[in-house]
This record gives sequence, structure tokens and C-alpha cells, in this order.
Amino acid sequence: MTDLSTPTLATPLFPAANADRAAPATGHIRVEQLRVVFGRGANATLAVDDASIEVKPGEFVSIIGPSGCGKSTLLNVVAGFVAPTAGSSTVDGKPTDKPGADRGMVFQQYSLFPWLTVRKNVEFGLRQQGLPLSRREQMARTLLGLAGLLAFENHYPDQLSGGMRQRVGIVRALATSPQVLLMDEPFGALDAQTRQVMQQILTNMWQRFKLSVLFITHDIDESIYLSDRVYVMTARPGRIKAEIPIDLPRPRTPEIAFTPEFLALKQQLRALISAESLLAMGGELKDGGLEGFELSVGEKGVGDLL
Amino acid sequence: MLTVHPRLLEPDDPVERTPVDRTQADRTQAERIAAAALPGTATDTTAPASPPEPVVVAAPLPARQGLGARLLAALPGMLSAALSLGLFVAFWYFATKYKLDFYIRFNNIPSPGEVWQNAVILSDSVRFYENMAISMRRILFGFGIATVLGIALGLLIGQYRPVRALLFPVFEVLRPIPAIAWVPMAIMLWPSNETSIVFITFLGSFFPILLNTIHGVNSVDPVLVRAARCLGASESALLRQVILPASLPHIFTGLAIGMGVAWVSLIAAEMISGQYGIGYFTWEAYSLIEYADIAIGMIVIGVLGLACSGAIRLVGNALMPWLASQRGAEK
Ligand SMILES: Nc1ncnc2c1ncn2[C@@H]1O[C@H](COP(=O)(O)OP(=O)(O)OP(=O)(O)O)[C@@H](O)[C@H]1O
Ligand SMILES: [Mg+2]
Repeated sequence: MTDLSTPTLATPLFPAANADRAAPATGHIRVEQLRVVFGRGANATLAVDDASIEVKPGEFVSIIGPSGCGKSTLLNVVAGFVAPTAGSSTVDGKPTDKPGADRGMVFQQYSLFPWLTVRKNVEFGLRQQGLPLSRREQMARTLLGLAGLLAFENHYPDQLSGGMRQRVGIVRALATSPQVLLMDEPFGALDAQTRQVMQQILTNMWQRFKLSVLFITHDIDESIYLSDRVYVMTARPGRIKAEIPIDLPRPRTPEIAFTPEFLALKQQLRALISAESLLAMGGELKDGGLEGFELSVGEKGVGDLL
Repeated sequence: MLTVHPRLLEPDDPVERTPVDRTQADRTQAERIAAAALPGTATDTTAPASPPEPVVVAAPLPARQGLGARLLAALPGMLSAALSLGLFVAFWYFATKYKLDFYIRFNNIPSPGEVWQNAVILSDSVRFYENMAISMRRILFGFGIATVLGIALGLLIGQYRPVRALLFPVFEVLRPIPAIAWVPMAIMLWPSNETSIVFITFLGSFFPILLNTIHGVNSVDPVLVRAARCLGASESALLRQVILPASLPHIFTGLAIGMGVAWVSLIAAEMISGQYGIGYFTWEAYSLIEYADIAIGMIVIGVLGLACSGAIRLVGNALMPWLASQRGAEK
């Protein structure tokens, strides 16, 4: 992984792609005063309450928040899998009332079709559009080439490592040329090394295709490194607690994590989130659960306490 | 929705140069692109271009061994199988030779020699082959119809709640009735003996196929369905391109079970109501006191059943090549 420590990129990676990088007019996500309630009556769960977010065309926006706060729910509303109880969600003014190929999605779980080879997985969306086989194949191979996966086009997903599967997942979501990419903790299952590489690949893909990305993560560093803006959500019911612009220069390299600006942002986000995480863990921690950790244990380990 | 990023296919894309030699050229090219996809190495050619991530295939397909090596590996198994069969035939031989009678009576049981002699005679008999062919045809029709109906209805019942509500209760009531119990009713229902036997065969295999298909549909990973919807799959595309292939392993379990039950039902139906067929042949041999032919009928039924199960396994392996790589990954 020596290449990770090399200094900044001198010229853009894909000059041709960047040359015509006029601000795209499409891919504008707007979620307004969203409220989502699951279930009815006594079992009703208020998952998201009065959440408003926006992703402007070509913007990379992250949502970060404690576990179970409604991040996935919010994303699923934009994807068209969950209907808002109140409020609205639109992409380019169109309500997101059902899923569609205009919004690509990458899931935390591996979601490749195990019965299709890597290339056929990437072709899946193109096939739905009725593209002829030769064209599909050509496009899929081009995309796989960009992600460094061409050598594996005829492998089945089960033959790939976790990082490669997630890369194929991203490529598959991009194949239908969506304006919007929705990502629900896509790198959560990967080890730290692979994760960092995936973040760079994602940044490159995002810059190349000029997508609007809505990205969900648990990882503060990840959200700063990737985003133009970060929304912090409260513990359930999820509300938007803060909106932090990330004005770090691009292109960014992993070394940016050691700059004072990055560390300051990290500090700020951590402070915002830790309060919410405690709330999310509920009563057991508040009632002395944390004090327990301050007990020092003698040489015999826990045996001393018993 | 034929919008395609024009940028995708720019002529200066590195991958547009289609490699001629697939394996080697692709690999090096992919690695080059992979290295280029990382900031810092794109222009810096002096830096060692390591791939972005260990390019490791988790499970390479097992390499094909030579025929000789495979034979050698299979030898102990073949020897013990031969020993096991030899012991069985030897017991049969001595039991019939000395007319063993200890609650089980071997007085009238044909010896292996008699069976062999009759088999040689029968191998010239056209009627014997006709019986085999007729049984196979009944299996083909009965099992074939059960396969088509069982999979189609299973997919619909598994996927659509209203279909399930409408059809499943009927099947739940009919399912516990063994196919053979249908014989008298089937004879009244269907215009000919032939169709009622095919019907019995169908019934035997239909329920295992149906239930396993439903089970398969119910155990499809929901994330795959959501992924397909996000990629623009229509309802029918979802059923054909996601639900069906995802359920195939369960469907083939159902087919294997169904084939076994189809033979059970067929032989019983042939014995009870049949004219022709290998089950009928076996029962007729008993009536005609051709005891050696009974054993021949039994052996032929066993071999045909085995061949049918083997065929299903072969088709299953051909239709589900990805399972081979999964199995490889588990090793
Ligand atoms: N289909 C559903 N029916 C009922 N409750 C649900 C449903 N989906 C989510 N919830 C509840 O809504 C709340 C928010 O869930 P959600 O999955 O959006 O959280 P999250 O922020 O994505 O959590 P995590 O970080 O663990 O992924 C949770 O309490 C969850 O139990
Ligand atoms: Mg979630």
C-alpha cells in the first residue's frame, strides 16, 4: 500500500472527463420535513422526525449518526423503498415514490447476484433498459476496467474478496448512469486498509461521473474525507442536529487526516455525535454503566471482583 | 431510459483498446488501470505501481487433475464398493442355494444364476424394452408437467400474497393424501388408464417441487430484490431474473425429491391399475410364477430411478455453475 502515502495528485486522473465538468443540472435531492413512522398503535416507532436535507447536483453529502437513529430509513425514502409518513422527498422535483434506475444504490450487505458473473451483474441494469447484448458487454467492460476489475469479469461473486465485491456493487450501480448514488454504509464490513482504498476509488468515480452522492456512515474520518457536507443526526427519532460544511481542498489524500483543519472538524463532529450515541444506548449506560468501566481490576482479572 | 453517459465510452478510455489475448492481457491491463485509479500513481510512473488492494481470488476453481490421478484416488472407494456388493450377492447365492428358512423364507426366491439366465433371455425381448420405455414415458410426462406447474405455481405463490391466499389452502388440504390413494379416483377422473397413471406420477412429484419452490422464493435475500428494483427491474423481470435463479438450489432439491416420489407412485400405480410398464411387468411376473423376473424388474426399476436422479443432478450442476465456486470457497 505504498501508493497511499504518495503526495497529492498533480493532474486530474481522467482529464477528458474533467474537462467538460460543467455543473450538472440534475441529481438534486431534497428531503423536506420528513417524518417516518413504522407500525401502528402501541407498536408505532417514530424512526425519522422533521428531517430536512439537501444534496445539490454533483455534491457529496454524508449523514452520520448513532446506531438505529434512522439513517437507513431516510436513505430508503430517497431510494423509494419507504414512503414518508409526512413531509416530502424529491429528486429533481420528482417524488421518490418508487425505486428506479435514476437512483443507484449500494448496500452495506453484499448484494451482488451470486448466480451472475461479475460482468453480468454489471450488465443487469442495462439489460432492464433493453440494451442489446454487445452494447451491454462493451459498457460493462469499460466500467469494470475503470474499477480495475476487468480481469475478474467472468468470476462469480463468491470468488471475490469483500472489497472487490463492494467495488463491483458500485460499478453495477453506476452502469445505468444514475444522477444520484445512494450508499448505506457501503464499506462498513471492510477492514481499515481496504476501506481506505475504496474511499479513494469512490472519490475518483464520483469526480469522473459528477454524481450527487448521499452517503451514510458511522465513521467520522470517512465522512470528513469524502464529503462536501456532513449532516449529523440525533438519536432516534432521527432529526438533523447539525450541518457541517467540509471546506477541505480537493483532491484529498489520506494524509489530509493529519492536517489541523481535518482534526478540528473531527473534534467538532465527535463532540456532536458522542452525546447522541450515549442517548441512543439508552438507560443502562446512564445508570452507572459507564462508571463500571472505571473499576480497576487486579492481577486475577475479574476474579478479584467476584 | 436509454441515457448513457457519453463520457463512459470516450475513445481515449484506456480500456477501449480491446486486448487480444484475454487472460494475460486483461490481467495486466486491469492492474494498470487499478493502479491508475489511485491518486498519486496516475502520473508518477516511477512509483511502484502496486494494485490498490491485494488482487486475490478467494477461491480459484479447483484445478483439473489428470485422469490417471483421479482414477487412483477413486480406487479405494471402488474396491470397498465391489466388496460390499460381492458380499451381498454371495449371501443371496448361499441363501437361495441352501433354501434358508428362518422366519424369512428363501424357498421360492430365485438364485442369482437364475436371475442372470432370465435376464439374458429378456434382453432379446422387445416387450421387455417396451415396458421400460412406457414407464420412462410416464415419468417424463408426469414429472415434466409437475416440474413446469410446480415451479410456476411455486414462484407465484411464493411471491404474490393474493395468489398464496387463493391457492395455498387447497394444496395444504390435498398434500397429505399420498398419490397412491388417488388411484381409484384417478381411474374415474381420467378417460384412460394411461392418463390416470401419468396423473398419479404427476401428483407424487408435484408437491415436493411446489413446496420447495415456495421455500426457495421465501428465502431469497431481500437485499437482492431491492438491488434489482434499484436497477430498474420490472415485476416480471424480477420474477424471471432474480427470484427464479435465486430459488434454483431449492427448486432442484424439490426436483430430486420429486423424482424419487414419482417413481414410487408410478410403480405402485402400474402394479395396481396398469397395463404395461416395468411395475406392471414385475407384478405380472409374480402372477405368472416367473420369480426370477421379479428380481429383474426390481433391479431395472432401481437402475432407471438412479439414472433419473443422476440426470437431475447433471442438469442442476449445468444450470447452477456458481454453486461450484461457492463450494470451492468453503474449502
Ligand atoms: N421496516 C421497519 N419496521 C419497523 N421498524 C423499523 C423498520 N425499519 C427500521 N425500523 C426502526 O426504525 C429505527 C431506525 O432504523 P434505521 O435502520 O433507519 O436506523 P440506522 O440509523 O440505519 O441504524 P444503523 O446505524 O444501525 O444502520 C430503528 O429503531 C428500527 O428498529
Ligand atoms: Mg442502517
